[in-house]
Amino acid sequence: MSDRLTPATDAAATAEAAVPVVADSSTAALPRSETPRAGWHVGTVVAARRETPNATRLELDVDDWPGNAAGQHLDVRLTAPDGYSATRSYSIASSGPSSRIVLAVDKLPDGEVSPFLVEEVRAGDQLELHGPLGAYFVWRPAVETGSPRPVQLIAGGSGVVPLFAIATAHADAADPTPFRLLYSARTPADVYFADELRGLVAASAPLRLDLVYTRRTPDGWPVPAARITREALEAAVIPAAHEPLVYVCGSTGFVERVADWLVELGHDPRSIRTERYGGT
Amino acid sequence: MSFITRGFSGRSRERDDRLPPGQTLVHDFPVLSAGPTPDVDTAEWEFTVRTATGDHRWNWDEFMALKIDEVDTDIHCVTHWSKLGTRWRGVSIDTLFEDIETDQDYVMAHSYGGYTTNIPFDELLDGKAWIAFEFDGEPLDPEHGGPARLLVPHLYFWKSAKWVRALEMMDQDEPGFWEQNGYHIHGDPWKEERYW
Repeated sequence: MSDRLTPATDAAATAEAAVPVVADSSTAALPRSETPRAGWHVGTVVAARRETPNATRLELDVDDWPGNAAGQHLDVRLTAPDGYSATRSYSIASSGPSSRIVLAVDKLPDGEVSPFLVEEVRAGDQLELHGPLGAYFVWRPAVETGSPRPVQLIAGGSGVVPLFAIATAHADAADPTPFRLLYSARTPADVYFADELRGLVAASAPLRLDLVYTRRTPDGWPVPAARITREALEAAVIPAAHEPLVYVCGSTGFVERVADWLVELGHDPRSIRTERYGGT
Repeated sequence: MSFITRGFSGRSRERDDRLPPGQTLVHDFPVLSAGPTPDVDTAEWEFTVRTATGDHRWNWDEFMALKIDEVDTDIHCVTHWSKLGTRWRGVSIDTLFEDIETDQDYVMAHSYGGYTTNIPFDELLDGKAWIAFEFDGEPLDPEHGGPARLLVPHLYFWKSAKWVRALEMMDQDEPGFWEQNGYHIHGDPWKEERYW
């Protein structure tokens, strides 16, 4: 096999193979110290209400919650009387130091945990939570990061949850960074956080909201309901030339399609952060 | 501290001794990645092993000429899904290192797209890890890491770096991309080493 060994004469390829994780400092990992440590907590449901025909918003008070960054997620563990347990991950719709956290859970047709959270859970119930989790799909205000880069958020369906947390953190910080949110929903009734999103658009932090409806539009909507196209994406996102940091969250199909188009449109793959929700 | 959740009975009881704690059996193949799927052409593909003394490289054709193993294994994702009895074809790390001497104990796997993950070297040897290019009888799909991914099935699946392009030997263990971003430095599913 030694005839296959090649001496390290190709300097460019050698350097490339040694490139650190993410070369661009604005997409570098956060130091550990900036992310609250994950741990097990008990959350008490203080409110459970319908968010959309298929989703429920849960507000929980969580003992000793260390706070969380915008975009982080947590695990929910349910335990049956016979000891059987099931654990799933959910994005957190809220952020900051508060011990009151918000989840918005979409009911999956064949789900085991999501139908329980959407249909059964009520105020007063206790849930086991592990988190906060994840340090990459997060956003922090420009005053903390020093990054002047604009931010493009792209959500498919319930993928809006962590992006709503990010847009809210942006508004709460009165952050001057230009933001755009492109949000693909099935129908007007399926839009999560509809009132809050209107408030965010009106807030002083700059946010432009573009909605795409895939099944049914509001009356008088200028375009028919359809899945987003590459052309529509190009028209609704911050151009690659402005070097936005892009967060994409949705189903695997949505994320794959959108991320591929973004790369084709000239966005640096290292500036595109993706998160997907699974089918179980 | 586990307690019974009011009203929860659970739907499935697909318990199986092969399923580590906190995992749910799935029959599809979910995807977890931090960014876009890189488009890597096998004509351009190259695999590098880097040691303290130099680099060792294979192009696609050279790689395909190596001894290829059939692997039948269970895989476990940190996001709580497991698949049992998955079938792969690939080249074992033992084969890659047959003629490579190294006294370094840790490895950083590098991928097209820039991602990295760290693994102790001895956990890649003795038939425990492969560079896999076929899943279930088909060329590995790009969204699952094709043309080739690391396959280290005894660790959580983020360690099985998609679109792998290089293994870099290191003197000391250092966190890779996912490990810097909240995932455990080691990642044993039987110990639930999910997050730090």
